[in-house]
Amino acid sequence: MSDAKVYVVDGARTPFLKARGQPNEFSAADLAVAAARPLLARAPFAPEQIDEVIVGCVIPAPDEANVARIIGLRLGCGKAVPAFTVQRNCASGLQALASARERIAQGHAHLILAGGTEAMSRAPIQWNTAMTGWLAGVLRARNPIARLRAIAAFRLSHLVPVYTLLLGLTDPLVKLNMGQTAEIVAHRFGITRAEQDTYALASHQRLSAAYDAGQMRDEIEPLYDTRGRIHQEDSGLRRDTDMNQLAKLRPVFDRKYGVVTSGNSSQVTDGAAMLILASETAVERYSLPVLGELLGEDWAGVDPSQMGLGPVHAVAKLLARFELSMEDIRQMELNEAFAAQVLACQAAWASAEYARDELDLDVPLGPMEPARLNTEGGAVAIGHPVGASGARIVLHLLRSLRRHGGGLGVATLCIGGGQGGAMLVRVEGEPA
Amino acid sequence: MSVDIDVVNWRMEEADETIVLTLDVAGQRANALSSTVLEEFDRILGQIESRPLQGLVIRSAKVNGFIVGADVNEFQKIVDSTQAAALARAGQTVFNRLAGLPFPSVALIHGNCLGGGLELALACTYRIAREDEATRLGLPEVRLGIHPGFAGSVRLPPLIGDLAALDLMLTGRTVSARQAFALGLVDETVPERHLLNAAHAFIARHPHRRRATWWKRAPSWPFLRQPVFRLLQRQLHKKANPDHYPAPYRVLDLWRRAASQEEEALSLGELLVGRTSRNLVSIFLLGEELKRNGRRNPHGIAHLHVIGAGTMGADIAIWAAFKGFRVSLQDQQPEALARTVKKAYGFYRKKLKKPVAIQNAMDRLMPDAGGNGLRRADLVIEAIVENADVKRGLFRTIESIVRPGALLATNTSSIPLEVLGEALKDPSRLVGLHFFNPVAQMQLVEIVRGKQTSDSALERARAFTVAIERLPLDVRSSPGFLVNRVLMPYLIEAMTLAQEGIPIEQIDQAATRFGMPMGPVLLADTVGLDICLSVAEMLSGPLGISVPDRLREAVERGDLGKKSGRGFYVFDRSGRPRHRAVRGHTDTPVIERLILRMLNEAAACLREGVVDDPDSVDVGMVFGTGFAPYLGGPMRYAEALGEVGIASSLRRLAQEYGPRFEPDEAWARSDLLTHHTVPRS
Repeated sequence: MSDAKVYVVDGARTPFLKARGQPNEFSAADLAVAAARPLLARAPFAPEQIDEVIVGCVIPAPDEANVARIIGLRLGCGKAVPAFTVQRNCASGLQALASARERIAQGHAHLILAGGTEAMSRAPIQWNTAMTGWLAGVLRARNPIARLRAIAAFRLSHLVPVYTLLLGLTDPLVKLNMGQTAEIVAHRFGITRAEQDTYALASHQRLSAAYDAGQMRDEIEPLYDTRGRIHQEDSGLRRDTDMNQLAKLRPVFDRKYGVVTSGNSSQVTDGAAMLILASETAVERYSLPVLGELLGEDWAGVDPSQMGLGPVHAVAKLLARFELSMEDIRQMELNEAFAAQVLACQAAWASAEYARDELDLDVPLGPMEPARLNTEGGAVAIGHPVGASGARIVLHLLRSLRRHGGGLGVATLCIGGGQGGAMLVRVEGEPA
Repeated sequence: MSVDIDVVNWRMEEADETIVLTLDVAGQRANALSSTVLEEFDRILGQIESRPLQGLVIRSAKVNGFIVGADVNEFQKIVDSTQAAALARAGQTVFNRLAGLPFPSVALIHGNCLGGGLELALACTYRIAREDEATRLGLPEVRLGIHPGFAGSVRLPPLIGDLAALDLMLTGRTVSARQAFALGLVDETVPERHLLNAAHAFIARHPHRRRATWWKRAPSWPFLRQPVFRLLQRQLHKKANPDHYPAPYRVLDLWRRAASQEEEALSLGELLVGRTSRNLVSIFLLGEELKRNGRRNPHGIAHLHVIGAGTMGADIAIWAAFKGFRVSLQDQQPEALARTVKKAYGFYRKKLKKPVAIQNAMDRLMPDAGGNGLRRADLVIEAIVENADVKRGLFRTIESIVRPGALLATNTSSIPLEVLGEALKDPSRLVGLHFFNPVAQMQLVEIVRGKQTSDSALERARAFTVAIERLPLDVRSSPGFLVNRVLMPYLIEAMTLAQEGIPIEQIDQAATRFGMPMGPVLLADTVGLDICLSVAEMLSGPLGISVPDRLREAVERGDLGKKSGRGFYVFDRSGRPRHRAVRGHTDTPVIERLILRMLNEAAACLREGVVDDPDSVDVGMVFGTGFAPYLGGPMRYAEALGEVGIASSLRRLAQEYGPRFEPDEAWARSDLLTHHTVPRS
């Protein structure tokens, strides 16, 4: 490949704030601005020097059309800096980085602010289509009689609201919600409730250990709200949880006989992660400190009802293209949409049968070594603001790899609708 | 087609039988109605009034506004009330000519439309305002101790109703275009691009001139006028002392008598040559002079980094972001930053109202626990704890990170700049920016010049201060600078009086009756007794001020004033002091002791060259502490009392109360006490 090199030179994320029914105080744009403002402040170049702003976001608020443009302007990048928003469901943040990487690799840009943001607690509740039709009819009526007739067409069912968040988390074609797809892959690979809960507990423990060791400090920019409060930690982290508490939770998707609970699923949260990507020229011109290099990404499609297996295929493609084996990967961030789905991916990579039937491989790739997978916890503890997670795992992977001495890393997510995405990164240094 | 007439300040264009008249006063940033401008206007009207025209449009070519009012500089040349009344009469005549045109006239208003400018607009048939935030309309004459004189008091009530008209004239407040439309002051608000279209549409339609609805005119009904007058007068008494500020009472009186234009002119004439107006005008012009000082050079500052989110640091950051600067605020304690964000939000919500404007201001203000903003900052203001070693350490760090061209500033109120400069490789870029609490209300900023401070650093500091709409006053680095130093003996004397057994309410009442915005004891409680104590102790060495025991004891007890709920006063939960009723007036010795100590210290400042001239003392004390503005500042007051009289009073007090009243030698040196900037009346 003759493409130019693409570096990540800085990045930060907000703490992820759990959605607790009420809309949180920050909009998607607010979150991204809070994450990116310190980056631009400490950068040796002015915000106007940025060539493009690319942001992933799944459900921007109605007043945030092309939220990337809003973010760019609010950050003071100036009117001349173009911006676009990308949507690839759970991998929108990864797609933003991928698009930015491509733009730089192809020489179209030198500095791109890219990342993802999501305010899931603020997902709008809309009128249904019948209501929209009724309102249009009333407004269009030309005379009092026509208007009365139009008004009389009202039905109580018009008042049934449309929860965009629930719809967003439901596959539009197979009509399964994401939790149910996790139930399906758990069943397929025989992942038990106890295995899932054990995994979930480890996620919380790993994250709290990382916080206590101060390893999250350079990754997280605190959020200050207008009521004088400060948010410095992911609010979904449960330092006090244990197997007993996790075992008490009831399945939420297949309510009677299911195994997927709110405790072993990722949390609905708000948050943003923003990174600055730079070309080699920009790194030299501004003497930018390099966090790591983005080598490339691959995407794969799978059965929408088993969307959790997306990473299995995306990683297989990525490794094949770069002629790497699983052992070459020093560290992996596999987004924890569901504990069941992470474990199922591991099982699929281990399975000779799956390798042969689904991946067209003679030898299975083998699972990722658990100690090198999601080393500081994942979305089960941190939360999964859908548009932001892809950017968060890349950012964290780079910082974590750096702490561990560098090497190759893979960040991968399953994507609602039946896809997987995976990005290969490299951090300078010899792995210990 | 342009009409051939010899004028320099007006431009005339004619198309489709409509004349567009554009005011562009030569050589000025803003349009003021000088006698030349009015005379030219009169000639233009004389030439067009007999022509068969469809209409006249009047607008301004200045970016920042329509017309800011009469030319205040001309006020100072007026020697007697007859001459002043004649000036008003001349303006009235021109505006009557405008009002009497046989075709409709339209004022196109953008930016400031104040005083005489609004009176001109009132004489037009219609008024159309540009709908943005910058458009402000008002009759602020009372703030200069006068009232409208170009028939504003006569034309306004029929247009917007009596109470609304009186409100505008009595308070001098300005209103936005939107509020003006709601009041009926303007006929329409449109964006810039539609201003001329709207004017032409009004001329073509030629609707009736707007009039207040009958119920808005009800207060002027004969049997209501007197009771309404008494009610308003009673309210006015709570706000302003008629002996100090006669103008609002005149406004009310004119209204009660349904006065004619001639009566308005005569009343204005008397006010304009009175003491209050003379002094208010002089203070206003001194303030304008400070602004001009700051506008001479560009500040080159886009990003401000403030270190220390205590009251001062936080308020400076909030204010600068409000005024459009990108600000990062650094503090070791994230909680302090969180408090600031909350405070900023409350402030912006109150001031800006529109959600987008609030969001923009909040976006400009970055809480910055990590100090990310320091690296690219153009100006760094330090507002941390008053400890020379800590500050020096901080400045060393700052210098190692900031850009070479960045300006460094300290908000210290007690540490000499030279001491802080020791930490720097380049102390020439260190300047003092001494703000006053609360920043949002106190207009003054002392620009402190250390021995090593460069001229260009001072220029930039002044320019920045003006850019955030504060007044930059040059002071020399010396203990307490000007304002705190002059204020402290006054506060200390108040505490001494209290220690002698005089009720604190009586002390404060004496001061407010004198014209201070707040009594000294309550002021000390409001500022915080701990802060007073530290300033007093800092000044006690160099100035020989003895710190009263009661102050020390109060601070030791933890009674810090308003913020702790108890100081000299006890405060209720909403922060109001509990008063006891005071009987008897024994003001004279109290106020004499309070004020003379202040004047004596001011004289010492002049002798030591803390500021250059008496005008600087005056402008500093009025805008920095609210010193009785109607007196024009301490030195103007001293001038009125006479230097000899002050010295002998001080000697008498020194015999009675001790050497702290010993007159400063400056009282014998008239060269020090002469006003420079503004000619004496």
